Amino acid sequence: MTNSCLLCGVGGQGTVLASKMIAFAAMEKGENVRTAETIGMAQRGGSVVSHVRVGGSIKSPIIPIHGADVLIAFEPAEAVRCLEYLKEGGTVIVNKKAVKPVTSSLTGSDYDGKVMLSHLQKKVKKLILVDGDAVCERCGSAKVLNMVLLAAAVKAGALSMNIEELQNAIEKKLPEKFKEINLKAVHMTEGEVMP
Amino acid sequence: MQLLMGNEAIAMGAIQAGVNLVAGYPGTPSTEILETVARENDGSIYVEWSVNEKAALEVAAGASYAGARTLVTMKQVGLNVASDALMSLAYVGCVGGMVIVAADDPGPISSQTEQDTRTFASFAKIPVFDPASPEEAFEMVQDAFAISEKYNTPVLLRPTTRVCHGCASMEIDAAGRHRNIPKGFVKDTGRFVIFPRTSYLNHKKMEERNPQIGDLFSEYMGNKHKVYGDVQKTKRLGIATGGISYAYVREAIAMDGYEKRNFSLLKIGTPFPFPAKLALEFLQQVDEVLCMEELDPVIEKELLILCGQHHLPVKIHGKMDKTAPHAGENSVELARCLLADFFDKKTVEELCVNTGTCADRPVLPVRPPVLCAGCPHRASFYAVKQAVNGRKAVFSGDIGCYTLGNAKPLDMVDTCLCMGADVTIAQGLQRVEPDTLHFAFIGDSTFFASGMTGVVNAVYNQTDIILVVLDNSTTAMTGHQPHPGTGKTMMGEITEKVSIEKILLAMGVSHVVTVNPFHGQEALKAVEEAAACEGVRAIIFKAPCIAVAKPAAGFSVNQDKCVQCKKCIRDLGCPAIVMEDGRVMIEPSLCYGCTLCAQICPVRAIEGVGKEREACDK
Repeated sequence: MTNSCLLCGVGGQGTVLASKMIAFAAMEKGENVRTAETIGMAQRGGSVVSHVRVGGSIKSPIIPIHGADVLIAFEPAEAVRCLEYLKEGGTVIVNKKAVKPVTSSLTGSDYDGKVMLSHLQKKVKKLILVDGDAVCERCGSAKVLNMVLLAAAVKAGALSMNIEELQNAIEKKLPEKFKEINLKAVHMTEGEVMP
Repeated sequence: MQLLMGNEAIAMGAIQAGVNLVAGYPGTPSTEILETVARENDGSIYVEWSVNEKAALEVAAGASYAGARTLVTMKQVGLNVASDALMSLAYVGCVGGMVIVAADDPGPISSQTEQDTRTFASFAKIPVFDPASPEEAFEMVQDAFAISEKYNTPVLLRPTTRVCHGCASMEIDAAGRHRNIPKGFVKDTGRFVIFPRTSYLNHKKMEERNPQIGDLFSEYMGNKHKVYGDVQKTKRLGIATGGISYAYVREAIAMDGYEKRNFSLLKIGTPFPFPAKLALEFLQQVDEVLCMEELDPVIEKELLILCGQHHLPVKIHGKMDKTAPHAGENSVELARCLLADFFDKKTVEELCVNTGTCADRPVLPVRPPVLCAGCPHRASFYAVKQAVNGRKAVFSGDIGCYTLGNAKPLDMVDTCLCMGADVTIAQGLQRVEPDTLHFAFIGDSTFFASGMTGVVNAVYNQTDIILVVLDNSTTAMTGHQPHPGTGKTMMGEITEKVSIEKILLAMGVSHVVTVNPFHGQEALKAVEEAAACEGVRAIIFKAPCIAVAKPAAGFSVNQDKCVQCKKCIRDLGCPAIVMEDGRVMIEPSLCYGCTLCAQICPVRAIEGVGKEREACDK
């Protein structure tokens, strides 16, 4: 059994930590893991992608096109950008809120996430829209968006882990002062997001 | 089990091998290797960020002469800087094991060139290991130390970006750690003083030695020859690969069900000296070979040579017959396409299930890398731009975050070549266009790495340029490493900060001014004054990178005062200044309170409290 998860978003949204959580949870169960991230020129504000692949038969750290079981998108346009990675019948978890490119005020581009979301609705059967920012607001921190989206993916059964395993990863991997708020984010998402 | 990045695995492998000294210069994708050794250091390893790659390699060579096991880290273009030392050291050899990691960057993802360190290894006539995964990198760095000590030669390890920055779950047995006690330097001028006569003799020895290492490598577990099914049964087909492409090929084999076909697979982990015996065994079983490797056709050429030497009628497909692309990185998709064509003459369309997810895709927002909100380089470029005020000027740039100053609206970088070239390119331009203002922009770390000799050249040859040092108190682009100007070392010591101003004065630069670029009027005046002088003059714009300074309170736009002229947006291109519902706003989560926009607003509509920024620990 293998599971390939692509996380995509905009630099600074916390995709890397989310990928580490999936990897840790899988390793706790004795699974082999390969991951790959964007590092280097990709600065704050650029598109970022993390590949997480779980299972013994995995060779490439990069998920092949049409090879992702699940796409966790922190931003609608980034979901569309990475959609070709999704397997036929794969699940997309997408955060509703659009992040404008940092250059949009300069170029006058009027990017709107709605076009992206309707494209996703047309193309993806298993699409889960998450109002991540609403949950973040109730948690009192924008930094927990990654846990909200992870919890939504777990709840949808798209990842090879359950909610207890995600909570365990948070308990074991996050610094003490961030545990409570991240666990709260997971808890709130569990009761909130409907697949 | 722990999840280790390829670079971490290399560092852990070196620690496991009992490395005594590690030196390097930051460069993507190699940087985390040295940082990991520093982090995991129990105090027994000496670790330094050297001033550049040449210095790093020479420091390591000296330590190796005294019997220490040494590791040198750099990116591929860093090896060009270190090559003077490396080419000679290949002749002199080493005592303690010496491994040089030069990380290649196919793509390139964040580099100037797509050069191939495997080719460099054969040019320098020293062994090179090419790991296909983080796990293999961990093993190979240890094997590289053993080979280095056995043959008294520096050895290259050449991971590529996807190995460096890929992570894998691995088990490391700390108990297996080797301890190396350096025996000390034993004087031997015939050995350590390079002379034409000894180099002639050493050249002969190297040429005799390398085929022996090649034979040893034919037995090495990093090189593999695997037969799937019965290769003799149908068409005798073979695939030759190495590095990360080996992972892509195996993934493609599994995805498209080639395991049940009859073919032979050759994986090369030591491209030089080439494991000829193993490769010959492979070639003798096949009629046709597909080579899949990144960058240079190294394996392909070696196979062609073997075919020629042994009169083997084998067709070799790869880059040289245009089957595979020369430039860019490989992928599982490329492997699938090449294999489909190789096995069944199938095209991509016949192979891939098109789910149609890309068709009718809406136009995606472009997210180019930009200077951060609050970046001092923006203020520096802006000051120069204002001072030049439309006069004829050329802006020679360099390697670092400030290369991003080429983007609009700043548009302040006209050239960028390699580390330190800003100051010398400007001199060449000045010789041809003496009536133009020639600005040379250089960062603090780049200045120490390779800018200083260029400045001496400018002073000695009496050129007419304005050097602009963008001193942000860190090596920003590669993730904030300390350098001689920061007064911190990788051993955690606080040392005297090396002063760029004093260096410039000592070199004979007539006019040196240090100014905070966020003091807009002073900065503008400093550039105007420097522009009015002649000879080599310098401005040091000193303000810390936002990543090493605490942010001040953010600024905001007073909508009652703002006349929506958008000068702030048009002139600065700061990512924190956005348009919301047709009005100029400042995104509070991005603003660092740098004050630049407030200073240029013609109606003083941008409000906040400025604060002098100081470099602090991250």
